Amino acid sequence: MRETSETNPEAAGLVPGGGVAVPGLEAWFVNEVLPLEAALMQFLRRSGRNAHDLADLRQEVYLRVCEAAKHQVPRPVRPFLFTVARNLMIDQMRRDQVIAIDAVSDLEALNIATDVPGPDRNAMARSELRRLQAALDELPPRCREVLILRRIDGLSRSEISQRMGITEKTVTQYLTHGVHVLANLLYAEAEASRRPG
Amino acid sequence: MSDAKKIRIASAEDVEEIAALWIDRRDRSDWAAQDQAELDAWLAQSMTHSIAFWRLNAAWQRTERLAALQPGVLRSGSFFSREWVRPALARTAAALAIAAMLGGGAYYFLESAQHSYATTAGTREIVSLSDGSQIELNTDTTLHLSATLGERTVWLDRGEAYFQIKHDAAHPFIVFVAGHRVTDLGTKFSIRTDAQRTEVALTEGSARLEVTPGAVKARSVTLKPGDVAVATAQSVSVTKKPLHRLNNELGWLGGVLIFDNTTLADAAAQFNRYSQHKLVVEGSAANLKIDGTFPANDTAAFASIAEHILHLHARNNGSEIVISR
Repeated sequence: MRETSETNPEAAGLVPGGGVAVPGLEAWFVNEVLPLEAALMQFLRRSGRNAHDLADLRQEVYLRVCEAAKHQVPRPVRPFLFTVARNLMIDQMRRDQVIAIDAVSDLEALNIATDVPGPDRNAMARSELRRLQAALDELPPRCREVLILRRIDGLSRSEISQRMGITEKTVTQYLTHGVHVLANLLYAEAEASRRPG
Repeated sequence: MSDAKKIRIASAEDVEEIAALWIDRRDRSDWAAQDQAELDAWLAQSMTHSIAFWRLNAAWQRTERLAALQPGVLRSGSFFSREWVRPALARTAAALAIAAMLGGGAYYFLESAQHSYATTAGTREIVSLSDGSQIELNTDTTLHLSATLGERTVWLDRGEAYFQIKHDAAHPFIVFVAGHRVTDLGTKFSIRTDAQRTEVALTEGSARLEVTPGAVKARSVTLKPGDVAVATAQSVSVTKKPLHRLNNELGWLGGVLIFDNTTLADAAAQFNRYSQHKLVVEGSAANLKIDGTFPANDTAAFASIAEHILHLHARNNGSEIVISR
């Protein structure tokens, strides 16, 4: 789905625009948008696309949301995020020429409960350590070991490579893979409901 | 679709892979201003780059909070694998010079008549006995053992201890606590005692508790796994708790306190058993509930988590840490 955005260059942020120039944008994104990722992914998955395409879709939604936020931060963010996601999916269906009436009506019906308040922040905070721990448990054992040695024990890459008998290059591979999987576990796969933890 | 159009956008996965490499590179000790400039340039190339980087970086930063936990706690998946307790055990065992079994059925518990053990606030100790039994002393605890031929007797004078007893019907293992008597019938159990009450929680096997004759009528109960007996000067009661709750309460065996829907006030009281540096929770913050696993002897780490995750105020006035909204 690399052609995802081609029909809608403005919204897609085709116009080159740096991301870092806007102060506070990162903090806003991390604090306000990322916690909605699990719900967003649940929504996007209804399109029946594969994981690769879902990652592209998510990127596209984030791009549009952040581009908009550069001008004016949408408040509240949740309905805005889902409107963007819905429009994007409708665009895509049109483009794919899949006249998926069911899907579209499904989407409309889905007019997802956008006014539902987000997860209770205190509840999220409360279970933060538990959640991190659960996410770590999900990692492949070697990958988890490397991440713990680095992040908790504070060993350097060369110390880790010696201790585990693997090359530093492999350490790097585990770390980069680890952060990728953790991000998915902590955001995309996190429970979308408002279970307090 | 033309190739030109296809070139425009790298897949989200490609971008994320590069972002992960940047996070790895930045985490290295040789990260320099030049590298930062290159990263900034890459981020400025496209909002997509920034977003992917922010997202992974947020996950990476979150793992920092894990550092509050002691090494080993996370690694095992279970708090009771004890891998990191073992060196302490070996030390203790070596230092204790615990006695011997003699031949011919004569059974010496310890070589000398009496041994005392004490821990101060924030420390633990494991006492390994020659018969294979083991006693772990929690914070601020004193106990002494007596060994007369054919008997195994322990007095828990104060504090808390966890007993894993090798059962031997011919040589009963007896714990005296606050005048009550607990007799092992093949068991793992913990006992905690303070001025007001004594609590015996049984996790495995069974044990008999005989409450002191005194204010209460002498009485004997047999405890089964999950049973928690609470004896005060006036009464004794037995309740059943789910084993996972009991295991949470035994988190101290791994050096941690495990909270599950625990109020901040209770959590502080538990921490205060382990440290001279006391936690005080003021006002409505006391009723906040928390979950999680914390190093038992790191009051400051807990205060900092309350501050940064629960968004409370923590101020250290020297003798104590006061937490409030």
